[in-house]
Amino acid sequence: MPESATTVPSGAAEFWRQYPRFLARVLWEAFDGSRLFYAWMTLLTAVFLVGANAWAVQVRDGLAVTAMSDHVSWGLYIANFTFLVGLAAGGVMMVIPAYLYHDEEMHDVVIIGELLAVAAIVMAIMFVTVDLGRPDRFWHLIPPFGRFNFPVSMLTWDVLVLNGYLLLNLHICGYLLYMRFIGRKPNPKWYVPFVFLSIVWAISIHTVTAFLYCGLGGRPFWNTALLAPRFLASAFVSGPAFIIIAIQIVRRVIHSDFGEGPIRTLLNIMRVTILINLLMVGSEVFVEFYTGGSHTSAAHYLYFGLHGHNALVPWIWSSVVMTVIAAGLLLSPRAVADRRLLNLACVLAFAGIWIEKGMGLIIPGFIPSTLHEVVEYLPSVMEWKITAGIWALGFMIYTVAIKVTINVMGAGRRHFSVLPPEA
Amino acid sequence: MSQPTTPPAEGITRRDMFKGLGATLGLAAYAKALAPLTEWKPFESVEDFLQKHYSELSAVDLEVVLKRIEKDTKKQYGADVQVSADRPQPGVKFGYALNLSICIGCRKCAEACHKENNHDRPSHQSYIRVLEMSNGSLDLEKGNAHYDHPVPAKDKFYMPIQCQQCDHPPCVDVCPVEATWKEPDGIVVVDYNWCIGCRYCEAACPYHARRFNWSKPQIPAAEINPVQGYLSNRIRPQGVMEKCTFCLHRTRNGKLPACLEACPTGARVFGNLLDPDSEIRWVLQNKRVFVLKEELGTKPQFFYFFDA
Ligand code: SF4
Ligand code: SF4
Repeated sequence: MPESATTVPSGAAEFWRQYPRFLARVLWEAFDGSRLFYAWMTLLTAVFLVGANAWAVQVRDGLAVTAMSDHVSWGLYIANFTFLVGLAAGGVMMVIPAYLYHDEEMHDVVIIGELLAVAAIVMAIMFVTVDLGRPDRFWHLIPPFGRFNFPVSMLTWDVLVLNGYLLLNLHICGYLLYMRFIGRKPNPKWYVPFVFLSIVWAISIHTVTAFLYCGLGGRPFWNTALLAPRFLASAFVSGPAFIIIAIQIVRRVIHSDFGEGPIRTLLNIMRVTILINLLMVGSEVFVEFYTGGSHTSAAHYLYFGLHGHNALVPWIWSSVVMTVIAAGLLLSPRAVADRRLLNLACVLAFAGIWIEKGMGLIIPGFIPSTLHEVVEYLPSVMEWKITAGIWALGFMIYTVAIKVTINVMGAGRRHFSVLPPEA
Repeated sequence: MSQPTTPPAEGITRRDMFKGLGATLGLAAYAKALAPLTEWKPFESVEDFLQKHYSELSAVDLEVVLKRIEKDTKKQYGADVQVSADRPQPGVKFGYALNLSICIGCRKCAEACHKENNHDRPSHQSYIRVLEMSNGSLDLEKGNAHYDHPVPAKDKFYMPIQCQQCDHPPCVDVCPVEATWKEPDGIVVVDYNWCIGCRYCEAACPYHARRFNWSKPQIPAAEINPVQGYLSNRIRPQGVMEKCTFCLHRTRNGKLPACLEACPTGARVFGNLLDPDSEIRWVLQNKRVFVLKEELGTKPQFFYFFDA
């Protein structure tokens, strides 16, 4: 730790002296590290650059380089966006036990979830940005120069809640790390209210994102009141799944053994949420297929194909199979002790929901089209490149954030905590 | 990663040199990756970039903008055009009706739209889709927009669909930047210089009425219709939304929509809904008309009817 840990002057002058040093340290951490770190970051940078190049070409030549059309006018980008909003909201499943139920151990590692929220929101915002036909006009959204169609347009709500959630989590993580950096005890006044706000806010980001779709009367596949609850249930599967794996990786890197309790808590949460998610999927499938009629043709297209078109069928059945297997594994008593089994379940659940909340949700909204034409969509190579690039950037952000956290706190600690123990 | 590293105080080590090399290569790679952006020309000038929303332009601003668009069209497409910004007239609200009994599905209206509105040539774009329907069903699901045989076919009827100029347009509600709105004469328009291209309106429209410019429209100078409206048929920029405007550059000047003029059967009736003596009012009063997807509450101002 820097020498400032011992001196405790306060006030604005102190802040202005220390804060740039803190930022410099963060920057330094981003560019310095072990060989493994360099290899990982170089790989991610390379993938990111492939994506950046594809995006530059897309901006120059237009969205015609994607496979989207006037029939399927949103595709892989908006699919990923939707999933990532859920992932960001899922981080809250660590915050709730930590702060509402005073789970001491969870309290220690909760920052892993909060940083995940930061990285996921950044990715989500990037996915919307690359989907814009005119990124140069981004400022049209920002008052007073732009015109913000609030509160009528749900998209403006989404802009507000997503950026708000990003700021909230940046503040919480940044404040705790900074206080740790200067060796002072964080003042609960400056983060606890924000943490509670972030819990409510996490629910709101995914609800508002669901409202984007389910508010459209002309798209029967989305126009269901079950959409927002389904979004939340699946978010509370994908978020914990990611975090369980992240905890284990961090442990291995810093040769520590923290986080057993939190992993068990998250497992218990997933056992419930994955079942709720499956229940809701089943309930929707029942309504669609039992009622029949032309309103259900999108679901028909998704699960069985329509008029010989079946591009999404393999996607959705992989999702169903993965989620069901994951549910089975999670519920088996062995999941608690057998790490390999648990990890497999997490990977399957994560991938299954990525499909279900992504391609499986967005694309059938457009097929058949509002005039009942069936025009299919499968992402183009350019879309895959840009998508991979954004994910790579997200992983870079997450890696650096976790590394800063570890090193600012001092490595090798048994407890991975930036927080003071709760009173 | 086991020890927190701090910046070395002095001296340049081998490690630093490698880092410097890495950083340089990295920067070069970034520059290379983003190079296509230098060939991107989203706007011709700074004024273009900074242009305000249509409703905030003063008369003088607007004049300047129209001149600039004419100049840019000349530069990019080599055509001399006149771009005007006709205002809605008081006491006018446009409505359209279509007689399904006599429409023969010849697609002449779609073709006329293609030319009148300076649509992209390679994609053969048009604001009108004509569905071939089977007698006995009004279910759009049974329709087919891709028929390719002599018309009219036996036991079929034809249903052209374009923007319904809804009185409760969901496309307008969802737009995050107010780039699309309903004019006082009932026409839903897009400010092509304000739209950010998010395509939310395209998802919201229940009638597949909106079209996106996935790339820069291509159209030979000789084929460009030079009589253009800012809110209607001027050549659209890449990356923005467009839609049918009932040819407002024509209809606000007392002419009829191009699709109506092209129709060989007289199936189309256009006029002022507020004028009790108009033909459209006669149709609404004397025919049993219906609108598409009435249950959605969009209140279309485009009506269909059968003669017999
Ligand atoms: S038909 Fe579609 S584009 Fe036209 S006004 Fe209605 S919702 Fe908007
Ligand atoms: S595509 Fe343009 S007009 Fe449509 S909602 Fe987005 S900004 Fe508005």
